[in-house]
Amino acid sequence: MREVVFLAEREGKRILAVVTLNMERVAGGAPIFFAQNEEERERIALYIAKTLDAMVHDLENGTYIIVRH
Amino acid sequence: MNEHIPTIVSGTLAGTVARLVMLRVDYRQYPGYPHGYVTHLSLGFIAAALGAVAVPAILKPDYTAVTFLALAATQFREVRSIERKTLEHLDEKELVKRGSDYIEGIARTFEARNYLVMLTSLLTSIAFQLGRGPAALLIAFLTIAFARSLMAGETIGDICEVVPARLWFKNTVLMVNGISMMTVGLKEMREKILREGLAVMIIPKDPNARAIIHDLGQRTAIAHTAAVIMGTKKDVDIPEFTPMARKDPDTGEVGLYIVPEEKDLEALILAVKRTPVLESARSKPLRTQAGRLAARRGRR
Repeated sequence: MREVVFLAEREGKRILAVVTLNMERVAGGAPIFFAQNEEERERIALYIAKTLDAMVHDLENGTYIIVRH
Repeated sequence: MNEHIPTIVSGTLAGTVARLVMLRVDYRQYPGYPHGYVTHLSLGFIAAALGAVAVPAILKPDYTAVTFLALAATQFREVRSIERKTLEHLDEKELVKRGSDYIEGIARTFEARNYLVMLTSLLTSIAFQLGRGPAALLIAFLTIAFARSLMAGETIGDICEVVPARLWFKNTVLMVNGISMMTVGLKEMREKILREGLAVMIIPKDPNARAIIHDLGQRTAIAHTAAVIMGTKKDVDIPEFTPMARKDPDTGEVGLYIVPEEKDLEALILAVKRTPVLESARSKPLRTQAGRLAARRGRR
């Protein structure tokens, strides 16, 4: 798993931020933003993505990750 | 010396005309910057002159003079590297990348064209020396026709079927028929993609074609061509609209997704079909026994 992450990073892919509805399910190195509801999550994710020229991906467990490709 | 001038002129003329003719075939690979035209025409002229001078040099006889052809070869290799460097720099700022394979192909083409020019002028001046005007004209015409046919090259349309495909979302995963392209998190983006996006399937006609579109550089070139011709709504802050070509691992078919400026499926199919087959992607597994065996057994 670590190697996969390294490989992806070498290609320039990086998780820049995490936006979640469920604080208990995320942890780790990237900045984590807690959203109160889906609408807020969508909005925060959009703003961060636009700021960083990155893309939003839905992990479909209440968490969005924002990735630079 | 004076007696050789018509020979040199005829060769140089034929070579320059050859370069001009091949320049016109260029446009799909290279936007026609006026200065680019000037550069390549001048280089073509130099190549033509070099080729034409070879014959009088041998007649004189000044055999060592032919070694300058080797010098010319070095010079034209330099052309390739200059061309490559320029295109690579331009590609850095390109939203939909041309890709290094495509660039290498273009650079190599430019180099090769200069050699063809030299060949044209050499053969024409030989013909002029042996048979004067009519012979020179005939040989010039034949070599230019040959050079042109060599440069036309294959396109994706020759080796693959391109058919409309269904663009849909499996939850948040963007799909082209059965191929997953990427996940799109934002709902707003998903709706826009469904509304304005287009998708086609590129179906290889045989295992050789499958090997070609398996090549990542070739697929980048297809996406780039589609984006150049159709336009793209992609911008630096909207990576979701990046045109992409992904492969179905089971069948080798490639799905292409794009959000074009003009939503016209028919035009997209034409654009994909006219993408040149890259020299670096070209492979012929069917030429080998192992390849034929694999193709036959695989079908069972």
